[in-house]
Amino acid sequence: MNELSASSRITYRAVMVRPGVARRIRGLSDRTLAWLFITPTIVLLLAINIFPLLWTIYLSFTNYRANRANVPTIWLGADWYQSILTDPDIWAAMQVTAHFVIWTVVIETVLGFGLAYLIDKKFRGHGMWTTIILLPMMLSPAVVGNFWTFLYQPQIGLFNYVVAFFTGRAASSFQMLGDVTLSPWAIVIVDAWMWTPYVMLICLAGLRSIPDYIYEAAEVDRASKWRQFWSITLPMALPFIMLAVLFRGIENFKMFDMVNLLTGGGPGSTTEVASITLKRAAFESWRTGYSSAFAIILFVTVFGLANIYVKALNKVKSR
Amino acid sequence: MTSATTAHSVVEPSTTTRRFAGTLVVLYAIITMIPLVWIMLTAFKSPDDAISYPPKVMFKPSLEGFCNLFTTRSRQTPEFIRSLGPPQGLCDDIARSRNMVVAGPSNYVPRFVNSLIIAFGSTVLAVALGTLSAYGFSRFRVPLKDDLLFFILSTRMMPPIAVAIPIYLMYRTIGLSDTRLGMILLYTSVNVSLAVWLLKGFIDEIPREYEEAAMIDGYTRFQAFVKVVLPQATTGIAATAIFCLIFAWNEYAFAVLLTSGNAQTAPPFIPIIIGEGGQDWPAVAAGTTLFLVPIVVFTVLLRKHLLRGITFGAVRK
Amino acid sequence: MKRTMKTLVVACGAVAAAFGVGAGTTPAQAQGKTITLCWAAWDPANALVELSKDFTAKSGIGMKFEFVPWTNYADRFLNELNSHGSLCDLIIGDSQWIGGAAENGQYVKLNDFFKKEGISMDDYMPATVVGYSEWPKNTPNYWALPAMGDAVGWTYRKDWFARPDVQKDFKAKYGREIGVPKTLDELKDIAQFFQGREIDGKKVYGASIYTERGSEGITMGVSNYLYDYGFKYDDPKKPYAMDGFVNSASAVKGLEAYKQLYKCCTPPGASNSYMSEGLDAFKSGQVALQMNFFAFFPGLYKDPNVGGDKIGFFVNPAGPAAQATQLGGQGISVVSYSKNQAEALQYIKWFSGGDVQKKWWALGGYSCAKSVLNDPSFPNSAPFAKEFLQSMGMVVDFWAEPSYAQLLQAEQKRVHDYVVADKGTAQEALDGLVKDWKAIFKEEGKKF
Repeated sequence: MNELSASSRITYRAVMVRPGVARRIRGLSDRTLAWLFITPTIVLLLAINIFPLLWTIYLSFTNYRANRANVPTIWLGADWYQSILTDPDIWAAMQVTAHFVIWTVVIETVLGFGLAYLIDKKFRGHGMWTTIILLPMMLSPAVVGNFWTFLYQPQIGLFNYVVAFFTGRAASSFQMLGDVTLSPWAIVIVDAWMWTPYVMLICLAGLRSIPDYIYEAAEVDRASKWRQFWSITLPMALPFIMLAVLFRGIENFKMFDMVNLLTGGGPGSTTEVASITLKRAAFESWRTGYSSAFAIILFVTVFGLANIYVKALNKVKSR
Repeated sequence: MTSATTAHSVVEPSTTTRRFAGTLVVLYAIITMIPLVWIMLTAFKSPDDAISYPPKVMFKPSLEGFCNLFTTRSRQTPEFIRSLGPPQGLCDDIARSRNMVVAGPSNYVPRFVNSLIIAFGSTVLAVALGTLSAYGFSRFRVPLKDDLLFFILSTRMMPPIAVAIPIYLMYRTIGLSDTRLGMILLYTSVNVSLAVWLLKGFIDEIPREYEEAAMIDGYTRFQAFVKVVLPQATTGIAATAIFCLIFAWNEYAFAVLLTSGNAQTAPPFIPIIIGEGGQDWPAVAAGTTLFLVPIVVFTVLLRKHLLRGITFGAVRK
Repeated sequence: MKRTMKTLVVACGAVAAAFGVGAGTTPAQAQGKTITLCWAAWDPANALVELSKDFTAKSGIGMKFEFVPWTNYADRFLNELNSHGSLCDLIIGDSQWIGGAAENGQYVKLNDFFKKEGISMDDYMPATVVGYSEWPKNTPNYWALPAMGDAVGWTYRKDWFARPDVQKDFKAKYGREIGVPKTLDELKDIAQFFQGREIDGKKVYGASIYTERGSEGITMGVSNYLYDYGFKYDDPKKPYAMDGFVNSASAVKGLEAYKQLYKCCTPPGASNSYMSEGLDAFKSGQVALQMNFFAFFPGLYKDPNVGGDKIGFFVNPAGPAAQATQLGGQGISVVSYSKNQAEALQYIKWFSGGDVQKKWWALGGYSCAKSVLNDPSFPNSAPFAKEFLQSMGMVVDFWAEPSYAQLLQAEQKRVHDYVVADKGTAQEALDGLVKDWKAIFKEEGKKF
């Protein structure tokens, strides 16, 4: 582990700046202080993140099960990795995850950017309304997600009632959570409801970072508003949009709580995102070795994708 | 909509544009609020009103949801109920009207208290550790600083279930399973990355000259940190603290997998509040409402710093 | 802003400290010991709370309870046991857990205790001893005291069956009188008859059945059909040989029949329903028939809206091959990580007493003691008592192997995919199930 060696090195190699000022003063030297200040955090992260990560890597090569104390642990090599990567059920879960991530990110970006664009027009009371719009994203996805199952009830739920009211169909003629075609969208809707404000907020910062003089210059050149949007607004806000996409992408790749409470992966395995598959393997089947391997695969995937994306983001930023 | 030419300034949007934009945003805000308003309305409905179709907007407010949230009840025969003395309090009265008696308090209050202790405990720790590290990263030349900062951030890329597997085994071995201390440490480790990143940004903004001046006046570096930097960073620390608090308050995955009866927090508990049949929606809504109110208050307080918090300090205004 | 933040942080800190101190001191009991009993959150648990007051009065030992809804029950408590937690001193664990709990040392073995206290398993109904106490099955190794007998049964709306218009229309359509179904085909006719019918101006539906995905719901439901159609877990002569038993042609028919019932005759949105959803559907007057565990029948009979004269009960009807039903119910065990084992054992001793067992049945629990069940007055002591006895004579249980959770998950997925999510055919579902189960047993090192 690269990070591990790096972090242990820091503990004795933390050096100070401006020795001239500090040396003249009594008390702790800057070197000691830097050491004292940073070490606790690093130690905590080593204990609660890195050590467990190493343990997970070790377990992923064994047949260990957390519920069998008496079964001897056998070294399996990369067997689990092979069987996971060739398992159609795992690929199905990855597809469900990809579908969920892509659609939520697309919808949230379009809606969020649109909202930010409108709010940037600084109409009266925009501050208050922005705060109101932001509320859903601050709430617990588990607790609120759970309540959405009530809104989605075919016979008594508000969601079905409203849809029925506007479409003229019977409210109980469709079920958002129990239907194979609708349930993937049911979770996308709730996620978009919760997290569009998040994208909106970041996009708003992007729009506000564009200096007025650029628009003024464009006006002088008689560029149309449409043209200004495509050649000034969007390109200059793009790094912000991409940042929002990055954060939402990572979060939704890890998605567990909201989906677990809304559909639990059902019907069948229609909405079984990777984290739910992982939870079933790890905490219901108790196949600890197997699920450790899957966890590592997920981590490497998200880490790898995020790194590639950050490179692209930096390219856009430096333009 | 943007084609309307403006009268005053070239970049100021026209009144029409503003009105139009305002209308759309307000419309979106209203739609987005409906589920939240519905939670609060349901909290004050009687069970029959809550599950009636078409959904009721006007109804006679009832405290039954809150009563059911805070108590457990058992069904009894009318004869038995008549043999009891007068009802003790409002909730007993409501329960008896449904042929039930209050059997005792529910677990909601202990779970809520767990949430408070774990959220505040982990926040205090994370902010304390985060402030120290952030100062260290901000003011000293630390080798591999960028790598180290990235490492701190990358700990948040693990899916929570993946983290929970080894933590479960580790806590089992050292006896931290289902303890508040275990949850506090875990949430601290998750929050500390946010705290370091956010606070480093805030501390970077405080001019070094202040401390240097103080040190020339005879303060040690540590005294300068305590007496000069910390007071300057109060707003940043408070904002960071609230973000940590909100994460710990809302967290579900770790809580549901690593706690049971002793240290369980409210998020895994609220979805399993059931009545005699399935979920007791007014009680669930009442529990949800009480659980959400603090967050709503914090969001309003925090609105100026939200952006920074949600992007790990990557975007500042 | 700055000042508000500051005050807020200080105030919150103070509140946290206050709560911290408060919570730190409350668990310290002033006098006497308290033990915790873990079970599912359902009607019988409330009855047990009532019953246990006598124990506290007699022994001075306080009782705390941790009840979790069924859909989270296995997850939560197996997690608790596997984490070696000491939250539960006593646990009323599901019948299928016994293999794992025994082999992994999570339950205390009760043989010596039974011998010392003169508790004999001969005093309990044989099906419950095998189902709830023994591991390995059919050997005298006891890990629990049978506590709550249970099986899947059905309830129906007696008042609807008695309506002249219903009787007339039913006869016109099916050429026979409407009555308690004797076979699964008759049951389907009745469900189909009520589906979408207006009763007192309200649209009603046929039947509420188990379709839950997350825990064990759909397996507990579909089993009642599979067993009746001839499904067997394995070759009676060759353990773990499943080909041609799990996926036999008759088992496939049973699975298809269950799907037909789900598609034709359940209320809208019943794609994920288990016990509590069934209760909701029946109590709100939505359905004519309800599949559910006997455990709920005392509560349903007491229900002010649909109980009393309005409700009737029947056993799982016969299918083409057999008449069987899914076993429910639990034994009570002492958790080996408990720090209060002596008190927990004291509770079990008290609970096994004849008078306590009698009161247990009277309060709404299902005693497994012969002294209660063989009493001549028992069949008439409740409108579902006879049906209960009959059901307990024809129960079949799911695998109780240590790998039960995995076996269950495989069936949940395969069956739900087919029945609710319309994926593949019944044959493919059961073939897939055999494949999954073989892989699980192979990982266990079982020979077949």
